[in-house]
Amino acid sequence: MKTRWLQVLKPLSPRARRVLGSLSFVLPILLWAFVSYVPSVWHPQVLITKPGSVEYLEPGMRMDKDAFDDEVASAREDNKPPPEGYPSNPIYLPAPHEVAIALYTAFTTPPVSQDGQWLHQSLWHSIQIIFWGFVISSVIGVPLGVLCGTYGVFARLNEPFVEFFRYLPAPAFGALAVAILGIYDGPKITIIVIGTLFQQILIIANTTRKLDVGLVEAALTLGTKNAKLLTRVVIPGILPDLYRDQRILLGWAWTYLIVAELIGTTSGITWFITLQARYQHFANVYAAIIMIGIIGVGTDMILALLGRRFFPWDRSLEKSN
Amino acid sequence: MDQFVSPTSLPSYLEQITEVRARFERLKAREVILDVQHLNKFFGTGPRLTTALKDINFCTHRREFLCVVGPSGCGKTTLVRILAGLEEKNSGEVLLQGKAVTEPGSDRGMVFQGYTLFPWLTVKKNVMFGLEVNGHGKHESEQQALQWLQLIGLEKFADAYPHQLSGGMKQRVAIVRALANQPRILLMDEPFGALDAQTRCRMQAHLLEIWRKIDITIVFITHDLDEAIFLADRILVLSAHPGEVRELIEVPVPRPRSLAQMISPAFLATKARLEELIHQSKSDDDEEAETYAMVARLTDVADNVE
Repeated sequence: MKTRWLQVLKPLSPRARRVLGSLSFVLPILLWAFVSYVPSVWHPQVLITKPGSVEYLEPGMRMDKDAFDDEVASAREDNKPPPEGYPSNPIYLPAPHEVAIALYTAFTTPPVSQDGQWLHQSLWHSIQIIFWGFVISSVIGVPLGVLCGTYGVFARLNEPFVEFFRYLPAPAFGALAVAILGIYDGPKITIIVIGTLFQQILIIANTTRKLDVGLVEAALTLGTKNAKLLTRVVIPGILPDLYRDQRILLGWAWTYLIVAELIGTTSGITWFITLQARYQHFANVYAAIIMIGIIGVGTDMILALLGRRFFPWDRSLEKSN
Repeated sequence: MDQFVSPTSLPSYLEQITEVRARFERLKAREVILDVQHLNKFFGTGPRLTTALKDINFCTHRREFLCVVGPSGCGKTTLVRILAGLEEKNSGEVLLQGKAVTEPGSDRGMVFQGYTLFPWLTVKKNVMFGLEVNGHGKHESEQQALQWLQLIGLEKFADAYPHQLSGGMKQRVAIVRALANQPRILLMDEPFGALDAQTRCRMQAHLLEIWRKIDITIVFITHDLDEAIFLADRILVLSAHPGEVRELIEVPVPRPRSLAQMISPAFLATKARLEELIHQSKSDDDEEAETYAMVARLTDVADNVE
């Protein structure tokens, strides 16, 4: 049978899903490998192997191709030994295998400085910042969002202000947070809370409003009143959607991590990244960035699986991944 | 061809055989459960004000099966929502056993057209819901729920979730969920409207079976005239724009009802009367019919289908 690829709103076959899913990772990596390993592609610089007669060159240095060609030409004119080297990419674009090695060795390499931290220590610190930021945001945002979605009074009292506040960039409060909470974890957690909370209230309020009003009316005609309507109908009714929202918002919190960790004393994975960049260990920088991605996607996948367990009756799960 | 009874040869729908008349006498001798007096309902304000229901008066007796029919837009659904307390009336009285209805309560059960079983609860827990929120103990509620499920033959599905049931099963559970509270009256808003024809037929028989067995008064909204005649003791016919009572028809078809009765003279006479009443009042459908005449012919003149 002929495979038809472009069909509107039709699910793909499981095999096509698997193949395409891996391609979504393989294709960018192939592109990266192509740029890294094929010398005729890009490679705007030359990595010097022998300086020849040029005094300022040293083995391992990189220089622009044009400048290198000029040096070779002038050396030849003067009948002196020309410098030698091979085409290379700038130092900020390491090849895939270098990053792969860095990913492996990052955890086994001791810290550069004595008071430095191992990579896993940096990561753990970052995870804690995210965790507390997200927990504090949720403790306020989830109940408030549900209340706003359920009762018009709460919605009108809160949402106009929240709507305004969510346009204020969270990092703008960095200096203020440091002044109030000091230079350690307090201000960092605060930035994540500010960045997440206001979106959280609005998203959860909207999710709550999407609850089928028929369910509430059915409960009313069964004699359900007041608080029981909230605890026995609204909350269980929105729970799977609320859980999905929380997963999306957790991803949101991660995106504030780097900015948050730059506030006060740089810490966590951001500290690791800045330090590695300072020493021009760009393979380590990429490794750390990829690590953040793996942790983020990993947590989300685990949460998605748990969601299926928590809400066996939820039909919308079948439509999403 | 004796199945084809010509309208002129039909008896009057007002004629009742002795046993039907006797049954109506017994019915009217029972106490009044629901009493609606001078009920008015408007939507909008100022120049946009429309009258949805105008001076509605009727009452139902204990264990009566009342159907409400009318053209689309006659306010059937609004009426039943006011009875349930889900919508407010502008004036008039709705009395349930003499007590004014102001808000939803467990003394009036309701079954909706859409599926409103709680998807996060199993079938059994859906039936237990009303009992539990009204203060019954968990164990007692569970026992009762299982009995109700037995009544509709769905005890096997006690631990299934609503999404695992067919449309007809869902509505059966919805009916017993409402009945578990032992309401005085069961309000049904086109509950079988979303079901296919065969399932609807089975559900009607099911519903009559349940109604026969327990002490419940039913107000049933439908736009299907056959369904109304098949189910009802009396049929309240509404007209559209504004919704007014045209007639309260006593169905002369004897009980117990069966599908074979659908071609009996009494049935057909009632149906003819209902059609007459409903087509008299101009509805939205008539305007649609007029537009058909304006459709230009787009096929060859020789290419005819009828």
